[in-house]
Amino acid sequence: MNGAFDLRIGESHIEVHKFRTGAILLSALFALVIQAWFPLHFTRAALLDLPLLVTIYFGLSRRNPSTGLLLGMVIGLMQDSLTPTVPLGLYGIAKTIIGYLASSIGARLDTEHPAARFALTAGFFIVHQAVVALTRRTLLAQPEPWLTLHFFGAALLNALVAVFLFILLDRLRRQS
Amino acid sequence: MPSRHKSLVLLAGVILLQVLLLAVQIKRDSQGRLIRSWTVGAVSPFERAGSYVFGSFRDTWRNYFALRGTKKDNDDLRRENDALKLRLAQLEGKAAEADRLGALLHFRQSQADVPMVAARVIGGSADPGSQTIELDRGEHDGIRKDMGVITPDGVVGKIIETYPNTSQVLLLTDNHSGVGAMLADSRIQSPVGGVGEPLITMKYVPNDDDVSVGARVVTSGMDRIFPRDLPVGTITEIKPGNPFKQIRIKPAANLERLEEVLVLLTHHPLKQSDSAAAQPAPVAANPAPVANP
Repeated sequence: MNGAFDLRIGESHIEVHKFRTGAILLSALFALVIQAWFPLHFTRAALLDLPLLVTIYFGLSRRNPSTGLLLGMVIGLMQDSLTPTVPLGLYGIAKTIIGYLASSIGARLDTEHPAARFALTAGFFIVHQAVVALTRRTLLAQPEPWLTLHFFGAALLNALVAVFLFILLDRLRRQS
Repeated sequence: MPSRHKSLVLLAGVILLQVLLLAVQIKRDSQGRLIRSWTVGAVSPFERAGSYVFGSFRDTWRNYFALRGTKKDNDDLRRENDALKLRLAQLEGKAAEADRLGALLHFRQSQADVPMVAARVIGGSADPGSQTIELDRGEHDGIRKDMGVITPDGVVGKIIETYPNTSQVLLLTDNHSGVGAMLADSRIQSPVGGVGEPLITMKYVPNDDDVSVGARVVTSGMDRIFPRDLPVGTITEIKPGNPFKQIRIKPAANLERLEEVLVLLTHHPLKQSDSAAAQPAPVAANPAPVANP
């Protein structure tokens, strides 16, 4: 688990990163706490989905689909647990899929560049919200607004925050 | 299995588990918990299929194999049904006969002092134009020519031929038949005779006399065959004629369905009975034979 190693796919050269012990767990918990606490004092903060950003970051960095989807599942289920009005599994399913996609894409693309991170995070946010909306409509029979201006604003905001958050999280990587 | 496939399988499994987790928690108002709805939805097609297959086998068994002895049962039941139908017809006939005999007995008891003999109709006329019947009683029973024949409903006719054990009756509707009669209310007298039709006619009522449809006609006793005041019939049609009215009367006795009659052995007037002499009984109420005292 120490250091980083290279993953070669074709002619590309993708680096798989390792993190300090407990870094992933602590980051996830910290994101959940902030997510639960922050909107109480700053209403606009409800637009942020920090657990999603953490899922995306570790998925892109670890580049292992199995690990990524399991991490997404755990973070999603914990997010569901902290929201009494949401049944367990709603965000779990969405973040499982995001974890898997982020890990799969991270294994094929260089995701270290801020622009790539911005674009990928925006895309993952849209997919995440799409899965949540689909789950709400099909399983919960709840009409969920979808593709609104508010929604696109949230996607851009999360993508922007992700660029800076990911730089902070890069500091948790073990140096190779 | 390649690593990529492993992760896909893991993804599918993890999502499926969470969907099931959701289904356990979600409760729809109309269908209960979603997991229950899904379970029922998943199981019911198999149940339906099983029920269909089982039902097909059961129906095949019931409709084919289990019916091996049905033809014999059907034949037995058909025979039994035929026997029961026959028995029912016999009982219905006996019940009707009992009704008729009861009415005749009641009439006979109300005229206990009048000698009469009950007889059963055993035949009719061979000539369609002749309105006669044959009785199972004759001279040995005291029956003589020109004796009156009645039912509790009214006049039937008179004896025209007697034999030792049988006799023949000329019905009131025959062309040659006639009986002394009068209107029950106005007491206007006129003979009544047959014309070979179901209705009989009253022949000599002047146009000036007041007669109305529905008036009752009774015997006058003037023919020395029937006692006075026996019901003859009811006027159904009145037409002015020259010089007499043309009056048609429906006989009180049902002459077309006679089975039992009474032969009067006397010309003495009968007592007016509430059920017999005064009021013509309904056509369907036939008389029944009564033993001669």
